[in-house]
Amino acid sequence: MTVTPLKFYQVGSFAVGNRLLTDEERSEQSNPNRVNALTSGHRACQGCGEALGARYVLDTAMAATDGKIMAVNATGCLEVFSTPYPETSWRIPWLHSLFGNAAAVASGVATALKAQGKTDIRVIAQGGDGGTVDIGFGPLSGMWERNDDVLYVCYDNEAYMNTGVQRSGATPPAARTNTSHASGPEPGAHFNQGKFLPLIAMAHHIPYVATATVADLHDLEAKVKKAMTFRGARYLHILVPCPLGWGSRSDETIMLSRAAVESGFFPVFEAEHGVMTSSKKIRRRIPVEEYLKPQKRYAHLFGANGRPDIVERLQRIADHNIEQYDLVEKGAEE
Amino acid sequence: MRKQIEGSQAIAQSVATCRPGVICAYPISPQTHIVEALDDLVRRGRIEHCEFLNVESEFGAMSVAIGASAAGSRVYTATASQGLLYMVEAVYNASGLGLPIVMTVANRAIGAPINIWNDHTDAMSQRDSGWIQLYAQDNQAAADLHIFAFRLAERVSMPVMVCMDGFVLTHAMEQIDVPEQEQADAFLTPFVPRQKLDVDNPVSIGAMVGPEAFTEVRWLAHHKQLEALAAIPGLAEEFAGVFGRRAAGPNDHLGLVTDYYTEGAETVVVALGATIGTLEDVIDELREAGTSIGVLGITSYRPFPSAVIRERLQHAKRVIVLERAFAVGIGGVVDADIRMSLMGLDIAQNTVVAGLGGRAITRASLRDIIAKSIAGDVEPLTFLDLNEGMIPA
Amino acid sequence: MAEKPFAITLDVGSSLANKTGTWRTERPVYVHRLPPCNDACPAGEDVQGWLYKAEEGAYEEAWRRLTVNNPMPAIMGRVCYHPCQTACNRAQVDETVGINSVERFLGDEAIKQGWAFAKPETSTGKRVLVVGSGPSGLSAAYHLARLGHAVTIRESAEQPGGMMRYGIPAYRLPRDIIDAEVQRIVDLGVVIECNAKVTDIPAVFAEGFDAVFLAVGAHLGKRAYIPAGESARILDAVSMLHDTESGEPPMLGKRVIVYGGGNTAMDAARTAKRLGAAEAIVVYRRTRDKAPAHDVEITEALEEGITMHWLSTIKHIDAGAVQIEKMQLDEKGFPQPTGEFDTLEADSVVLALGQDCDLTLIENLPGVVIDDGVVQVADNMMTGYAGVFAAGDMVPGERTVTAGIGGGKLAARHIDAWLRGDAWVHPERPNLASFDRLNTWYYADAEKTQRPRLDAARRADTFDEVVQGLTAENALFEARRCMSCGNCFNCDNCFGVCPDNAVIKKPDGTYEFNLDFCKGCGLCAHECPCGAIDMELELT
Repeated sequence: MTVTPLKFYQVGSFAVGNRLLTDEERSEQSNPNRVNALTSGHRACQGCGEALGARYVLDTAMAATDGKIMAVNATGCLEVFSTPYPETSWRIPWLHSLFGNAAAVASGVATALKAQGKTDIRVIAQGGDGGTVDIGFGPLSGMWERNDDVLYVCYDNEAYMNTGVQRSGATPPAARTNTSHASGPEPGAHFNQGKFLPLIAMAHHIPYVATATVADLHDLEAKVKKAMTFRGARYLHILVPCPLGWGSRSDETIMLSRAAVESGFFPVFEAEHGVMTSSKKIRRRIPVEEYLKPQKRYAHLFGANGRPDIVERLQRIADHNIEQYDLVEKGAEE
Repeated sequence: MRKQIEGSQAIAQSVATCRPGVICAYPISPQTHIVEALDDLVRRGRIEHCEFLNVESEFGAMSVAIGASAAGSRVYTATASQGLLYMVEAVYNASGLGLPIVMTVANRAIGAPINIWNDHTDAMSQRDSGWIQLYAQDNQAAADLHIFAFRLAERVSMPVMVCMDGFVLTHAMEQIDVPEQEQADAFLTPFVPRQKLDVDNPVSIGAMVGPEAFTEVRWLAHHKQLEALAAIPGLAEEFAGVFGRRAAGPNDHLGLVTDYYTEGAETVVVALGATIGTLEDVIDELREAGTSIGVLGITSYRPFPSAVIRERLQHAKRVIVLERAFAVGIGGVVDADIRMSLMGLDIAQNTVVAGLGGRAITRASLRDIIAKSIAGDVEPLTFLDLNEGMIPA
Repeated sequence: MAEKPFAITLDVGSSLANKTGTWRTERPVYVHRLPPCNDACPAGEDVQGWLYKAEEGAYEEAWRRLTVNNPMPAIMGRVCYHPCQTACNRAQVDETVGINSVERFLGDEAIKQGWAFAKPETSTGKRVLVVGSGPSGLSAAYHLARLGHAVTIRESAEQPGGMMRYGIPAYRLPRDIIDAEVQRIVDLGVVIECNAKVTDIPAVFAEGFDAVFLAVGAHLGKRAYIPAGESARILDAVSMLHDTESGEPPMLGKRVIVYGGGNTAMDAARTAKRLGAAEAIVVYRRTRDKAPAHDVEITEALEEGITMHWLSTIKHIDAGAVQIEKMQLDEKGFPQPTGEFDTLEADSVVLALGQDCDLTLIENLPGVVIDDGVVQVADNMMTGYAGVFAAGDMVPGERTVTAGIGGGKLAARHIDAWLRGDAWVHPERPNLASFDRLNTWYYADAEKTQRPRLDAARRADTFDEVVQGLTAENALFEARRCMSCGNCFNCDNCFGVCPDNAVIKKPDGTYEFNLDFCKGCGLCAHECPCGAIDMELELT
């Protein structure tokens, strides 16, 4: 008698929770008593990836630190939609100062806590891609090089969405924004421009750098938890689709995050002390086209007057990522 | 303890007695000696439970100060000139958030052309920032005003700039009564923040406020300054009681101004900062020669003590405002504030802009311009020792 | 702490005052859709429902939920051709869920643990006679008994089970399994009288029965005219299987030809092998993919060494030899003769060309219409004779054990309603939980647990059961492969993916939308793995 060996399978490893799993195996988001650090009533657009990402991160961090978290927020969507007078959606100590100084303000908070001997309280700074890779980069780099005990989280929606969708240093090539119009011979944001901040973070040799998306909650939560095990500067870069800026349907926010990863266009990996330690393998590889097509910011690449040549260049970026970040399980695509 | 000491060192030691929790700085001349000294004091453990942070810019420095203050620590930083301008966004933010940060501004000119020397253009650019601005006449006052500043800042929960002339004071060796720890402890009450980040009592600090309440918020900022104006005289008395000297100097009046023979004087020169010492010497000479003249020094430029100034100047025939900065395109900065304070009184007034970018303000030049002013032989706006001959046609 | 700075510093959580639900143009609604397995089950089993309990390892609960519709899971888990699995959405992800094997596991577990049916709390005082103890009769008896009616089954054969016992070989359905599941129905209070052929319907009513349910199986093999020599040995498959079960197996010789392409043909060929035939050959006029036998039956037959002659018809049968003609399919897929002939050696020919029911009982009953060998029934399954209902092989429709069980259940509902002077109406069927509504990303990859099999070589000469059951562990994992199509399985996705925290997770693990805050973004519906959330236009 022969028996086919059992393979592990459980919905719980991909879904938020699963009634069949123990509490420990479920995500923090499945906990009915989760903190809801960012609570209802906020004014984020329908299907906002950033609102989702922020709650995921902070709830996890709260759980990981027994509720001892203080957050510093850069100016941007997250700040604006969460704290318009007279209402705040935060349920944790939270401070907003300016657009470009979240990292430095967080350093100040962390330094004060250190001086007060309250090192059990941990500090998270957060901002969008503009506040992080562009205007806030100086203070962020300063925070990193000083190795201040701050976890900086960038919610990357790849443009200045709060001000009405303008190009940032994180806007991908060919993407349409209101300062990178889909006009002229090279429509959208230029190729060979922009920066990928996680690599710059790694160059600071800080203890922990990771990327994640709102599509893989378990991975995201594991990274936040892991980040909280380190002392010193840490950086988490989370891709958060923006229905407004990307021109996508409000219910496709998670699908698009997933497609970004499965196409290789957005690499999910982690690094310690400047060295990549692991990368999330692609599970069901798709061409970049599947990721790009549902987004109106890439609409100029498709259709009658489409630009297959540009799609091909974007595919090459994905292919390069797959190579560089080792995104395909060895032997999986022979 | 009285000792011969450089101004910057005195400031550092004075700040140290205030038991700050966080000190952060980005180096810029002529502020450097102060923060260098503080770094050393922190490293040596001379300031307990204090962290010193080197930051990547002045914008970072003020931002760190904001974060640390919001987290409930007593925070100090120092800057000057371009540095102050580089942090302006955060300067306004600190006052907007009502964080009682104390910052030394080692006054220096603003470029271009780049100029490292002393004038008041930097601090004057921040007169509307919502910060309290105290100007020191000498290093004793500078040292004392820092302790006074912490008490005032925390009393009204607003940040305070202590302005002291760069190089002229920061780098000058003088005999100073360096504040004693016991004295500082007796004067400063423990820091109880008005609001702070607290995991047990969480709040959201830094909300977005729209048209529906923004005017009220700004009105309250003004109200805070008036609160400070009302509090300063009492605190000045308290300071004198603890230290046995007036924080702003021996000629202090209510902690708001310094008064040198203004009573009954026909002419009063109004000035801020270290120039006042030179002016007092010139006034001594003029008074000996029979001129009815005095000097009114402004310690608290923001809040501006209009009523006290009006009271001091109401009987004068002429007021000369000696300024170390000016509003390009119109004239004096302080001059305008004085005019507003004296509105309705029949007093002649002219502005003398002097000592820009470190140019020496000599007694001779002062004597000359005062004489011309008294004679009515000046334009409303005069630049002291302006060498028109060197300006290309 | 002193008073907070006006407007700049705010009390936490105060945004709860801002009811963002007013933004909504669409609202999410939890729905229950009809999973394809349930939809396809001729017995009307709530497959997804009982798998849900099995996933938790709550086997007794799963069994109880299963037996709401089907009282014989151990039998069904062996002989059902599991249309549920054919319909299973999981097949489009990796492999279909092994529903049938889990069902068998639950059935076997019930026998092992001695689980019994709950008896009805009240009695209706009505008596129903069931004619025939095949799947349809047993099913109807069971459902009627649970509804509180007094049920008697009359069976013409020696033992109960009908075609399950006399048509399906023991290597596919061990007899102790039939005995156990029949006994459980008897334990519920159903009386079974064997060797009791019913011959007079009006007499039955006179006996005091209030209704009669006819469930006579198709035990008569169809004959076809085939020119044959006098000494040719020709049998029919149904009789051959029946006689084998009765302990009087026919003499077949060394080479046996089975004529037909259905499941009975495969059963006959495989049984022939077990009865000692060195060679068993299936002759069928069409191709394998057109054969009515289920693919698994053909596969197992091939594994046991059965030879297949597709596209062949028998032209003439003689002692020791059979002449066949090759066929070819025309453009419509029908077999047409080619004129090419071949001769096969054969000691006997078994005809497996379909079965008929013995309808003599009702042939002359007033009002009863018989058409094309089956009884015509109304929508409520009643024949033209008031109070006489029929289902199973006797009525038009599919002739499988599962269909029989389903028919019995439906008949029981109609009979029950009729006895109360009422009419039973089928509840409205929910919309189908189609594959395109699933978000299969969330289901981990897994292969179907293969039921361990006896070695093909060993099983060919024995009537031991060929397909072995799952272990408890395997059954659990297999059950957990269920994607719960169209029905919430508490994965917390909606609760987790809502950017507005507008999903409330209740203590019992179910959810509710908080429409005060739901902005109607649709993420919950899009990310629901099983498609159990609809977005509906907000009507203002």
